[in-house]
Amino acid sequence: MAYFTELFSGTKSLFVGLGITIREFVKPVVTVQYPRETIPMTPRYRGHIELVRDPESGGPKCIVCGMCQKACPSGCITVDGEKREGVKGKVLTLYRLDFTKCSLCGMCVESCKPGAIDFSKDYNLAGPSRAAYVFDLLKRLEEKR
Amino acid sequence: MTMNIELIRLLAFLVGIIAFAALNAAYLVWVERKGAAHFQRRIGPKEVGPYGLLQPLADGVKLMTKQLLVPDGVDPLLFKVAPILLLVPAVMSFVTIPFGEHLAARNVDLGLLMIFAFASINVLGLLIGAWGSANKYAIIAAARVISQNIAYEIPMLLTAIALVMATGSMNLNEIVAQQGGGLWHWNLIRLTYAASPLTPIAFLIFFTTMLAETNRAPFDMAEAESELVAGAFTEYAGMGFGVFFMGEYANIVVGASLVTVLFLGGWQSPLPFLPGSVVWFLAKMYAIIFTVVWIRWTYPRTQFYALLNLSWKVLIPISLVNLVLTAGWLKVF
Ligand code: SF4
Ligand code: SF4
Repeated sequence: MAYFTELFSGTKSLFVGLGITIREFVKPVVTVQYPRETIPMTPRYRGHIELVRDPESGGPKCIVCGMCQKACPSGCITVDGEKREGVKGKVLTLYRLDFTKCSLCGMCVESCKPGAIDFSKDYNLAGPSRAAYVFDLLKRLEEKR
Repeated sequence: MTMNIELIRLLAFLVGIIAFAALNAAYLVWVERKGAAHFQRRIGPKEVGPYGLLQPLADGVKLMTKQLLVPDGVDPLLFKVAPILLLVPAVMSFVTIPFGEHLAARNVDLGLLMIFAFASINVLGLLIGAWGSANKYAIIAAARVISQNIAYEIPMLLTAIALVMATGSMNLNEIVAQQGGGLWHWNLIRLTYAASPLTPIAFLIFFTTMLAETNRAPFDMAEAESELVAGAFTEYAGMGFGVFFMGEYANIVVGASLVTVLFLGGWQSPLPFLPGSVVWFLAKMYAIIFTVVWIRWTYPRTQFYALLNLSWKVLIPISLVNLVLTAGWLKVF
């Protein structure tokens, strides 16, 4: 008897399985044709860091305090700035990120008081050499305009 | 003169059958990939031509331009003969399949027997290919395929015998002709006259064994990628592999046609007032083929001995019971 009940339940389970897959078959596809279509990254996604724009001045929010440079455990960040006539505080002249060593730990983002850096949503990262991953974030900010 | 017409007819059918087999083999790959994609909610091939419809062409060109590599240490004759030995029987089986009322190359009286005979050669082709390529994966795969095919040929033949007993003919055209007059006359249900009440189950068994005979998932022991590389085809490159592939798909078409002819009324229409035609045959056949693809992307492969147990412990006893019941039924009514 156990033979028959097993046979019956086994056969039934096969049909249940078929039912599940055919229902998936008629549902719309969930993938996209990647290079031509992309889906927006989730808010928590951590790409390499980028500079945040100051909505008033249009330039970077960064005040060149150097905290991020100090906070980075891998020494990826090099910040430099200069005094300019008629401008309060320093003006950012260089923000270099060596992404080859970055572990995306987020210490820099956390240490930045004015909130001048944030994780980007950039994931299309492929390049022919290491040098391609030493980013000039200031230039990137300008290019993004 | 009549001789000539007969000859021309046969030639036309030969060309037609080979074209049909090749076209089906090519586009079944597309159906397979598209089907697989949609079962997994992907898109599948879509870049080459509209809906990826030119993909088989691209695949074919790719396979044909590849070098026909014959590795060292293989048996050169067996190695080359094997793909042909797999493809030719499949094409031969088409000869007797009635696609329409008058659309069969040869109306062979023992058509069913002929198809089964040719179907067995297919395994021989695999074995020879595997043995000839002197590769341990190939040989393990071949050993598996053979024990599986032996196990599944028995229930297949048993259900076929029961069916032949009920229809009283091995002529495929006649078996189809008997199923005329609507859905309820098909051998699948047979409400109209005496047949074992187990016929729907016989259909399931036949379908299962058909999957096993054509080495389709979940019975794809010949090509167990995860364990045996490409199984019996491991050493084949380029068109050698391509011919194997075509043979496999041609076998699926033959299997689906056989199921259609034996159980689903062949070219007969499901409703008595509609005329039967080749369209019905193709519709049923492709529905079966779609089910085959559907099954492949539904079930995982189980262990090998579980498959053998399924045949010896379940399919064979039930098909034997079916045989006895059919015999009894025919005697009583
Ligand atoms: S995320 Fe971490 S490792 Fe990367 S730059 Fe910021 S502090 Fe350095
Ligand atoms: S911590 Fe912020 S404000 Fe200070 S240098 Fe770094 S990015 Fe600029």
